Amino acid sequence: MEVLDIARWQFGIITVYHFLFVPLTIGLTAVIAGLETAWLRTGNQDYLRLTKFFAKLFLINFAIGVVTGIVQEFQFGMNWSDYSRFVGDVFGAPLAIEGLLAFFLESTFLGLWIFGWDKLPRGLHAACMWLVHLGTLASSWFILAANSWMQHPVGHRFNPESGRAELTDFWAVMFNKVQVVTFPHVIFAAYMTAGTFLLGVSAYLYMKRTHADDRPMYHRAIRIGAVITLLAGIGVAVTGDLQGKVMTEVQPMKMAAAEGLYETSEGCAPFSVLTIGTPDGQHEKFALTVPCLLSFLGTGSFDGTVEGINPLREQYVEEYGQDPTSTTWTESGDYTPVIPVTYWSFRFMMGLGMFAAAGAALILWLTRGGRTPGVRWLGVLGLSLPIATTLASSWGWIFTEMGRQPWVVFGLMTTESAVSPGVSVFEAATSLVVLTSLYAVLAVVEVKLLVTYVNKGAAPFVEPPDVGVGGADEDQPLTFAY
Amino acid sequence: MELTTVWFALIAVLWVGYFCLEGFDFGVGMLLPVLARDDTERRVMINTIGPVWDGNEVWVLVAGGATFAAFPEWYATLFSGFYLPLLMILVALIVRGLSFEYRHKREEASWKARWDAAIIWGSFVPALLWGVAFANIVAGVPIDADKEFTGSLLTLLNPFGLLGGLVTLTLFATHGALFVALKTDGDIRHRARDLAVRIGSVAAVLAVLFLVWTQVRTGTPTTAVVFAAASLALVGGLVAARAGREGWAFSGTFVTIALAVAGLFLALFPDVMPSTTDPAYSLTTTNAAATAYTLKVMTWVAVVFTPIVLGYQAWTYWVFRKRISVHHIPTPVLADATR
Ligand code: HDD
Ligand code: HEM
Ligand code: HEM
Repeated sequence: MEVLDIARWQFGIITVYHFLFVPLTIGLTAVIAGLETAWLRTGNQDYLRLTKFFAKLFLINFAIGVVTGIVQEFQFGMNWSDYSRFVGDVFGAPLAIEGLLAFFLESTFLGLWIFGWDKLPRGLHAACMWLVHLGTLASSWFILAANSWMQHPVGHRFNPESGRAELTDFWAVMFNKVQVVTFPHVIFAAYMTAGTFLLGVSAYLYMKRTHADDRPMYHRAIRIGAVITLLAGIGVAVTGDLQGKVMTEVQPMKMAAAEGLYETSEGCAPFSVLTIGTPDGQHEKFALTVPCLLSFLGTGSFDGTVEGINPLREQYVEEYGQDPTSTTWTESGDYTPVIPVTYWSFRFMMGLGMFAAAGAALILWLTRGGRTPGVRWLGVLGLSLPIATTLASSWGWIFTEMGRQPWVVFGLMTTESAVSPGVSVFEAATSLVVLTSLYAVLAVVEVKLLVTYVNKGAAPFVEPPDVGVGGADEDQPLTFAY
Repeated sequence: MELTTVWFALIAVLWVGYFCLEGFDFGVGMLLPVLARDDTERRVMINTIGPVWDGNEVWVLVAGGATFAAFPEWYATLFSGFYLPLLMILVALIVRGLSFEYRHKREEASWKARWDAAIIWGSFVPALLWGVAFANIVAGVPIDADKEFTGSLLTLLNPFGLLGGLVTLTLFATHGALFVALKTDGDIRHRARDLAVRIGSVAAVLAVLFLVWTQVRTGTPTTAVVFAAASLALVGGLVAARAGREGWAFSGTFVTIALAVAGLFLALFPDVMPSTTDPAYSLTTTNAAATAYTLKVMTWVAVVFTPIVLGYQAWTYWVFRKRISVHHIPTPVLADATR
């Protein structure tokens, strides 16, 4: 294995792993802040119990999101030093701003929220969680702006003297047309993840005999979760559709690769839901297609033309040459991403998302008008939904990133030329082995903890101290302590 | 002043902030087995840093991001060059951060013991390695014409680097012990104060040695003054600790760390990573920098938001200003019911 392969595997694994926890963090901060606010507004004790219960699960999840994020900040320098040199001018700025604006906000106000139950007045306490949520949104904004620039580099110029991309227009990078559709898509996906989590965990507890007394509370939580999931699901679909159009415009190859469309389709291109046969598209045995849907996804009109892989390839060779970076760079020597990966990852993302939305709709219907569904599988179905939405996000990223290959910055730099020249195979392999095995252990620990704490269910209501700015009685034990 | 100089200074400020703040929570973590007699005392110690450690850690993330943006070449050479030590630091920060959150999630002694080990080693390793790394940056490392680091792990483990590591290790331990003394009450407070004086004396000897050595190698008259002030602050802090003035003592180590780090950056300037292969290959504030436009954008962001961040971080310390002692630690059952 070369350093390049190791670095690619490492980036894929480490980043997707980080992003298993991120959507839940983004979404749950809003859900928890919402539940706490609902308690303050209505005085209904159930809302406070749910706030604390889901906060506990949230913190288990959040901790891993934070520590895996630290690796993200440094791995560009470690494994992708030529990338860092090339793009630092443009790409570093959003990363640094993310730290200053978002990470400080999140970590500081989360600390205040966790330990502040007997130190802060109630309204201020709830506001802390809203600020954490604002921090997650800011964090997403800046990191996605950085990523969107890699998909569609704008606001820069290439300086042949220094051999680097240089920033010329910061606002163009911030409001990149890819960014303005990606951000809402990711955020809606995060709300969907949190909605299914609220719904799923509540449905599971609802079905457990040991928590029978709390059924009305979980019933309510199920319905809130289902509504969040469905509304966010609409948001995801609408913004995903917009993303498809922008993508067809700026990276037509990705759209063609998503479909395995080899030849240009002049009008009414069908969308294949499922193809059995050779996924490279050369021979198909069975295909389930929706007529004209691809044209609609890509262009917004049912008879729009969608370009195919082969003509695009010729066009790219003409535009960028066979050898854009002076090394021989891709095995096949062309600009096609790995088609089975793009084809299936796109379908897994949408399929899992639709499954989650359908599950939420079903459960919403089963619990309508205070009905108490007797079906035993409700808990299992419920728990499968947050897993589905989380995986949908992973597949979405795998699609986005693999579909951009062989470029790391579209049209400017190939992945191959981005890797650190000075890093040895030994070093790269060590970090791959160390980090993946550590992450594997952490995954086991976190899942076990989540299971334990989910099974405990929400703790009984305890009135939190109603304190002024001065804080609670100094000799009382802390409401929250590690 | 040139924008590149401004950003060199700002990055120095970020590292100063990082070492002054996370320095004490590394110290608290390392001293867990030394200072605490039982689980409740360990929890007292952990709760002194509970609300703030994550915010402290963000300083290094911003330092990393700011280096990426303002000096891409520095970021690239440094982190791809110091690969394995950085990996060790990352692993340490991962297990340490998790253990604060997970340690109290189960009552089994073996579970707690394992996470305690994660806190202790996770604090010890970065406290040592950051010192090694900084000493090497200041002393210079082999860098070739392509701005690539050409040494290995062993290159970094030279006497000067190792001494630098021991200085940060002992200094952070002292700083942490003083923080415990400042933030707790009861028995542990007095033990922490005594320990701070003892470790602090060792730290003082090592630090003076290291700073004099640095001064001889790359110092300027300004750094001499700064290093002397740092040493005086440390001695002053220790005297205050003996006199039982914890606030002054902690401020003493705070100032020591701040001045020592600032002095190292001054000794470095205008290089950011000197090359021992050929001075012509050194990375400097000019040849490693981003363009003026990027620096200008970043300067605006920093000018507007840094005061806000400092404001709310300071506010957190104020909210949690009360001392913690064993009777504040809820019993596990109680904790579970109220959370
Ligand atoms: C719960 C998660 C989830 C769900 C249900 C969906 N997506 Fe998605 N999708 C993501 C989570 C996601 C993501 C993880 O957030 C991605 C990866 C990168 C990005 O921008 O968002 C993504 C990327 C992504 C892209 C690639 C954008 C690019 O590379 O420029 C497109 C075209 C879509 N999505 C379209 C859709 C459509 C049409 C969906 C259903 C109707 C859909 N997504 C459901
Ligand atoms: C701004 C942030 C990002 C940057 C700079 C970035 C950059 C890269 C780079 C350098 C690669 C290696 C090239 C390759 O492996 O083919 C890559 C691949 C990849 N990234 Fe991203 N990426 C970013 C965000 C993300 C996010 C948030 C995710 C999702 C969780 C993600 C998922 C992936 C995946 C799945 C691959 C493919 C792995 C592989 O090819 O082996 N990326 N990206
Ligand atoms: C490859 C690019 C990425 C980098 C360099 C990165 C960096 C980081 C870092 C350093 C942390 C830990 C912060 C802390 O200690 O508090 C973190 C956590 C987090 N990141 Fe990522 N991240 C990446 C991808 C993403 C993406 C694409 C999103 C959102 C769409 C995102 C959103 C978050 C959130 C919400 C958290 C958890 C809470 C927190 O920041 O403390 N990250 N990330």
